Amino acid sequence: MGRDTLTGSRIRERRSIAGLRQAELARRVGISASYLNLIEHNRRRIGGKLLVDIARVLSVEPSMLSEGAEAALIATLREAAVDAMAVVAETDRADEFAGRFPGWAEVLAAGHRRIASLERTVETLSDRLTHDPHLAASLHEVLSTAAAIRSTASILAETGELEVEWRDRFHRNLNEDSRRLSESSKALVSYLDDSEISDDRRGVPYEEAEAFIAAHGHHFTGLETAETNPETLVQEAAEQLGSAAGRQIALGVLTQYAADARAMPLQPFLQALDQVGMDPVALARRFRGDLPSVFRRLAAMPEGALPVEVGLVVCDASGSILFRKPVSGFALPRFGASCPLWPLFAALSRPMVPIRRQVSQLGRMAAQFDCLAVAWPQGVPAFDRDPLYRSAMLILPLPVAQDDTQWTGLQVGSTCRVCPRKNCEARRELSILSEGF
Amino acid sequence: MNRKVLLIEDEPNIIEAIRFLLSRDGWQVETHSDGTDAVDVIRAVRPDLIVLDVMLPGKSGMDILRDLREIDELAGLPVLMLTARGQLRDRAMAEKAGVSRFMTKPFSNTEVVTAVRDLYAQATQAPQT
Repeated sequence: MGRDTLTGSRIRERRSIAGLRQAELARRVGISASYLNLIEHNRRRIGGKLLVDIARVLSVEPSMLSEGAEAALIATLREAAVDAMAVVAETDRADEFAGRFPGWAEVLAAGHRRIASLERTVETLSDRLTHDPHLAASLHEVLSTAAAIRSTASILAETGELEVEWRDRFHRNLNEDSRRLSESSKALVSYLDDSEISDDRRGVPYEEAEAFIAAHGHHFTGLETAETNPETLVQEAAEQLGSAAGRQIALGVLTQYAADARAMPLQPFLQALDQVGMDPVALARRFRGDLPSVFRRLAAMPEGALPVEVGLVVCDASGSILFRKPVSGFALPRFGASCPLWPLFAALSRPMVPIRRQVSQLGRMAAQFDCLAVAWPQGVPAFDRDPLYRSAMLILPLPVAQDDTQWTGLQVGSTCRVCPRKNCEARRELSILSEGF
Repeated sequence: MNRKVLLIEDEPNIIEAIRFLLSRDGWQVETHSDGTDAVDVIRAVRPDLIVLDVMLPGKSGMDILRDLREIDELAGLPVLMLTARGQLRDRAMAEKAGVSRFMTKPFSNTEVVTAVRDLYAQATQAPQT
């Protein structure tokens, strides 16, 4: 995308920095919130008087929005300052720094991006090594066989006079173990190749279904218009949904999607959003629905239809994650258990009570989120049977705070393994960060 | 009387190799391959020293070690732990559980024999409490 086609993104970024809601900015420049939304998602070109007006409200030069000479750079510099934590940087003078020393500013920003990228890689690899049961079992098999081979080979090589019976036995063992090592190494390489190259992760049904849904941007136009049905969609995705279990999970999600779309059709839902904003309770009242349905509906909106990116996570009463729609800055672990401090799990202990918490995840980027969670019973309640609860949490990014010192929200992690929080009562295992990784 | 070592390991060819090495070094080697009843076997065999794998069927070596340290008459037994998991946290966990020596696979034969000798020497020289 060219520089001039990103004007909308820069407006959105500057608006977030200014802590201004979309509807407020739209009102002040005399346009509708939905039109501004289209502009911010680069779906409408903007220039002339409107650009000048928006720049005036946002207290920036119009060229800053249209050319974005330093906007992205400045944002990265501010992120770098936030991540440095202990270092006191003159964040209010980031514009001046980028303007006077663009080369050095770019070096600093590139370094920051590189650190963030490497941290993500470390998190992913560590998370995987620790929690992927297949990988752990394969590595154990390889190392155990290698141990047997090394020990046996040493005996054969270093023992001077070895009885024939022992020698033959060790030769046989060596032969067996080398064949086993060859097979287990091949299986391991094949597993790693599959998981790195393919879009889906064969053999992990939830991830198959998740990859399929994510490939559609969590939005299924055919189900919105009832032009197709969940069964057909799943049949057509036979290549992506390789396992029967993966297909069944995807079918469950799509069937729920279709029901939600019938109860809250797209256009009326978008109109309601325009009128009441991102207020799940008001939306639930408007459509006589419940909060989990509204959460799911918000997470299923087409790209660019909402003023903010929306994340969603659903779990069952055991805490197992059943559905994840990630949102930037809020890490949802791929393997292993999530942080028990999430409002998602607090809701399970107070079924039917909506819980709202402002949270930030500890780690490299202290982004802040408005988390709305509720737990509800599955199916029709019955006598003499305990209800089975599920919990859903909507994750809405908050505007970037100018002053973190006043933050009073809840600090949570993603999973213990990569969480730096000290003296946490909820900790299950040591963090690689505490081991000085 | 021979010094007696109990090897708790589920990998047959590792059992064979270690049995050979320690037998040659003058040890009476008893073996067991299942974690579930390992503590009962230790009680029955009464070894001078235990070589313990971490990943065992039924019950992990780490749990067996913790149980052992809770039983008065077995709490002082020297335990050499062998594991394919050599991460810092595994080592820390083993130390917390009361391991005498921690060794990662693949190991060298000399290291295993030396470690067994050293642990036995330390245990027999330690003042009785």
